[in-house]
Amino acid sequence: MARMLMKGNYASVYGAAMAGCTAYYGYPITPASEIAESAAALFPKLGRTFVQAESEVAAINMVYGAAGSGQRVMTGSSGPGISLKMEGISYCAGAALPCVIVDIMRGGPGLGNIGPEQSDYNQVVKGGGHGNYRCIVLAPASCQEMCDFTFQAFELADKYRIPVFVLTDGVIGQMMESVVIPEPVKELPDKSDYAVFGTPLNKNLVNSIYIDHDDLENWNLELLKKYKAIEKAEVKFEEYMMDDAEIALIGYGSVSRVLRTVVDDCRAKGLKVGLFRPITLFPFPKNEIAALPGRGIKNVLTVELSTGQLVDDVDLALSGVIKSDLYFRLGGNVPSADEISNKISELYGEVK
Amino acid sequence: MKKTILKKPKGFIDVYKHKAGAEKDRTHYCPGCGHGILHKLIAEAMEDLDIVDDTILISPVGCSVFAYYYFDTGNFQAAHGRAPAVATATSRANPDKVVISYQGDGDLAAIGGNNIIQAANRGENIVVFFVNNAIYGMTGGQMAPTTLEGQVTTTTPYGRNTDTDGYPMKMCEVISQFTAPTYVERVSLHDAPHIRKTRAAVRKALQNAKERKGFQFVEVLSTCPSGWKMDPVKSMEWVKEKMLPLYPLGVYRDKGDEARVINRPVPIMEPATVWEKLGISADADVDFPRGDVPEQYKKMSIRVAGFGGQGIMVTGQALASVALEYGYNVSWLPSYGPEMRGGTANCSVNIQDGVIGAAEAVKPTMLLAMNRPSLEKFEESVVPGGTLIYNSTLIDIEPTRTDIKVFAIPITGMADELGNTRVQSLVNIGAYAAITGAFRVEDIVSLLPKLFKGKKQAIIDLNAKAVKAGFDFVKENF
Repeated sequence: MARMLMKGNYASVYGAAMAGCTAYYGYPITPASEIAESAAALFPKLGRTFVQAESEVAAINMVYGAAGSGQRVMTGSSGPGISLKMEGISYCAGAALPCVIVDIMRGGPGLGNIGPEQSDYNQVVKGGGHGNYRCIVLAPASCQEMCDFTFQAFELADKYRIPVFVLTDGVIGQMMESVVIPEPVKELPDKSDYAVFGTPLNKNLVNSIYIDHDDLENWNLELLKKYKAIEKAEVKFEEYMMDDAEIALIGYGSVSRVLRTVVDDCRAKGLKVGLFRPITLFPFPKNEIAALPGRGIKNVLTVELSTGQLVDDVDLALSGVIKSDLYFRLGGNVPSADEISNKISELYGEVK
Repeated sequence: MKKTILKKPKGFIDVYKHKAGAEKDRTHYCPGCGHGILHKLIAEAMEDLDIVDDTILISPVGCSVFAYYYFDTGNFQAAHGRAPAVATATSRANPDKVVISYQGDGDLAAIGGNNIIQAANRGENIVVFFVNNAIYGMTGGQMAPTTLEGQVTTTTPYGRNTDTDGYPMKMCEVISQFTAPTYVERVSLHDAPHIRKTRAAVRKALQNAKERKGFQFVEVLSTCPSGWKMDPVKSMEWVKEKMLPLYPLGVYRDKGDEARVINRPVPIMEPATVWEKLGISADADVDFPRGDVPEQYKKMSIRVAGFGGQGIMVTGQALASVALEYGYNVSWLPSYGPEMRGGTANCSVNIQDGVIGAAEAVKPTMLLAMNRPSLEKFEESVVPGGTLIYNSTLIDIEPTRTDIKVFAIPITGMADELGNTRVQSLVNIGAYAAITGAFRVEDIVSLLPKLFKGKKQAIIDLNAKAVKAGFDFVKENF
């Protein structure tokens, strides 16, 4: 049966396997360890490579090597591990290598804890490592999406030769849901124009050094062009009860699920509340958020498991045209639907 | 009569097209630097061994960062110290290729110390050429892990002090401690006889690599006239006088004919085979027909709570698994994080048609309390009109709520009577089926082999009994 009950962390590896990912390099960290564990279980059955790297740093550099060798390759981690990987991700971006990185966010800063948070938003969505670069960031909110988005991440990575993040929190990584496994990919893209195979016809170079200042400036402009193209073509978001809404709730990942419940509760009370859920965090659905006031939205409440990282992008998009508020919980706490509903009453009691 | 032929080996690119600037016919290395000599020995060996077209070179960070300018191979440039990690993945992706990790002393022994140790210990199919010139050349002459005691560098202006800077690191001695490496040798470039020995070591390592015989490590003592602030001739003498006594030349490991050929699997990509290997069937999912479920049990948000070891997680997962077979959308969320170490465990299960919102059962329609702390903690959270099942074997207090349906079931006692406390989870499932009408006993029993894959038939049979016991108890008592 293609339908299976599994954790989000497992689902992402099934998605990867179906997308033709042939190598997994990773290091254990809670709450992302099941990603490495499921790759260790599944990949050998398919003759594919699993290596438990000696460190997060080694893992991402192995990803660099595999991506440069033309493989579909993946790693997974959480907060502290992602911080460690940043230099390597910058190298992947600088060498225009496609790869997929799953980040199951946990509480920070420092060792923090292993509860769910969304505090990697800035480091993942804004680049994070050194240099001018962006990664595509997909934010799944269910186990099915963990599978599907990881699959899509490989397609996007190859389409743009870019690192792609699957960014979610411990709730989605640790929860189990029914997942329908997609059909395995039939054909993989030809990468002989850049990948290194070590053959007579292929003497490619995988590299991010441009010693000449003009060369490096031009390369940065090339990358910028790519990011602009991505912003134009790849924005994804989801709306729920937004058509007649006056209050828009904005949140991603596990928070967006709670917000859906909040919308149902508010609607039952006659409040015109809707949900706007960014699915891609880069590219961010800024035009769509900028358009909300024109659609009759009077207030926007961003809810996140961080002290105001997502809301910065929301505010940039809204440019102060309407009131924008923030509600957050931290440290592994997830807000309940009631708690958010109360906040809505407190903030917008006047809205009917 | 002897004839001398001077030519550029085929291992080098004819015109250094990747090199910045106008001088595309010469290297960027300083006069008297050992890199040029080693490059040439490698390029010649690649030509003679006929592996130029089958080699991938990883350039490090350091003076040899631009090694890719020169070698007519597939090329990577790696982050500082990470060449062995990049080489690991490149070699795994291209198992029949010769993969060279070319590294200096700061790159290999300092920032990349763990990476070289771990790649060596894994016995990766790679060749490492380790250039030890006792200094950081590229960044302008700072201390390296291999800098000699008393040696003046820009970061040891008063000489390397072993009390504060530690001792020179002897990497051949370190690498040869591991079981996996095939061949480990230290050679030197300070005079012609030793260059000949280096030539032989380079060839041996590359020959082994061509035969895929695991991890090859050649440490090359080399000169850095610019960093050492000496002329090239003096530099050669310095290697001989200062470095050789500290870094003894010779073979540290040679497995010879014992060396194993490392083979890697071929990835399976054919779609039907991929599914078959993972046990995924292409057949459509067939749901059990649903029974007559009262309205209040059609959209369930369930909290299962108790001590760790009471089968709390299993109960939740089994509820979700069975409901899934009736075509419901389901979710299961464990309490994880600080709580899971505290002796109490709980999980949330949602069973409904349509999209499931919040995964945590903050206001459950049903609480299944397996111990007293769970009842005390979660009783208030149950929605009015909801359902409480509690384990009357272990809970010696009465629930206080009067606006919910209460089922007192001696869950632990019934499991013990069946001979195994661990079947409590299945008693729970049976009770749930009887209360809600959502599952049929025979359906649950038919799923047990799948739910408890790999368990003995006796365990499956006991679980079936437990389901029935839970179901019957509810039917007989409520």
